[in-house]
Amino acid sequence: MTRVNVEQKVLSENDRIAATLRETLRANGVYCPNFISSPGAGKTLLLERTLASFPRETRVAVLTGDIQTDNDAIRLAKYGFPVRQITTGGCCHLDARMVERALEDWNLESLDYLFIENVGNLVCPSSYDLGENNKIVILSVTEGEDKPLKYPATFSRAGLVIINKIDLLPYVSFDLALAKENVRKVHPEAEILDVSSTTGTGLTDWLSWLESKRKDCASHRAVLVTG
Amino acid sequence: MHEMSIATSLLEAAYGEAQRHPGARVSKVGVRIGEWAGVDPESLRFCFDALLAGTEPEPPSLDIDFRPRQNRCTRCGIIFALKDYQIDCPGCGAEITKPVSGTELELAYVELEEP
Repeated sequence: MTRVNVEQKVLSENDRIAATLRETLRANGVYCPNFISSPGAGKTLLLERTLASFPRETRVAVLTGDIQTDNDAIRLAKYGFPVRQITTGGCCHLDARMVERALEDWNLESLDYLFIENVGNLVCPSSYDLGENNKIVILSVTEGEDKPLKYPATFSRAGLVIINKIDLLPYVSFDLALAKENVRKVHPEAEILDVSSTTGTGLTDWLSWLESKRKDCASHRAVLVTG
Repeated sequence: MHEMSIATSLLEAAYGEAQRHPGARVSKVGVRIGEWAGVDPESLRFCFDALLAGTEPEPPSLDIDFRPRQNRCTRCGIIFALKDYQIDCPGCGAEITKPVSGTELELAYVELEEP
């Protein structure tokens, strides 16, 4: 009997594809956030508000993942930007291969933003790198403030946590301060924004956060071109 | 929930490694799973066995090394396991501690029986 030490990540094949995607996105100066939340936390509506705020000439495209239906793609396509639905057919997360396939005939050079809306799920998407710049985790106030403690794998990897539906705070027993404390217990340096996609509260802060990320990515491209 | 795809990737990696040793049979697969990897060990074991059922007379077994979430104190350097998300250092009380383990999802080793 021989024991061979392998020491590789179980998802090394996924990570390999994700690394290629990340490099392609970086070379093209595209900012790519991966939106993760439980079902119904408001990923699609936040994306709708974001797309609605963009001037028509904005170079943005959206990939949206769901187990079934193209309902989200139909909602998002109303804003006139390219949208593609990834229907996973039962799979509870997106993986890098699905993203690679969905991007096959898209010209990334023509984009500044690529939004990826993951399947609604706070567990599995956290294991799969999609080549994104950041995972943006959305927690809505109707879910309970202990979610970060119950799903630490997801919250600890968040580049930004958005607490959504804050217009509903008067009607639910959600302790906003405790929710933030819980986020910081699993991710001490987490950036957190309070948002209501319905009323528009906090959207300005969200859009400037997004714009600053885009600028960072665009300056990378500038360095690559001139350097 | 996604343990079936994790088990599939794990077996692909393990059998990929075995292909470098012609004629060898995989007898055990060793995996390292962190407490914060988002993978349930028992569910992974169930999926691993289910994928192998009926494929060969003696399918490989799965050895799971479960790693707790641990942080290291940036001030005094001790490493401690997190209990109830208490991230402050239990030694010196410092508030800045950094994760050192607990997110692993790794194929550690493959045991082969060579002809």
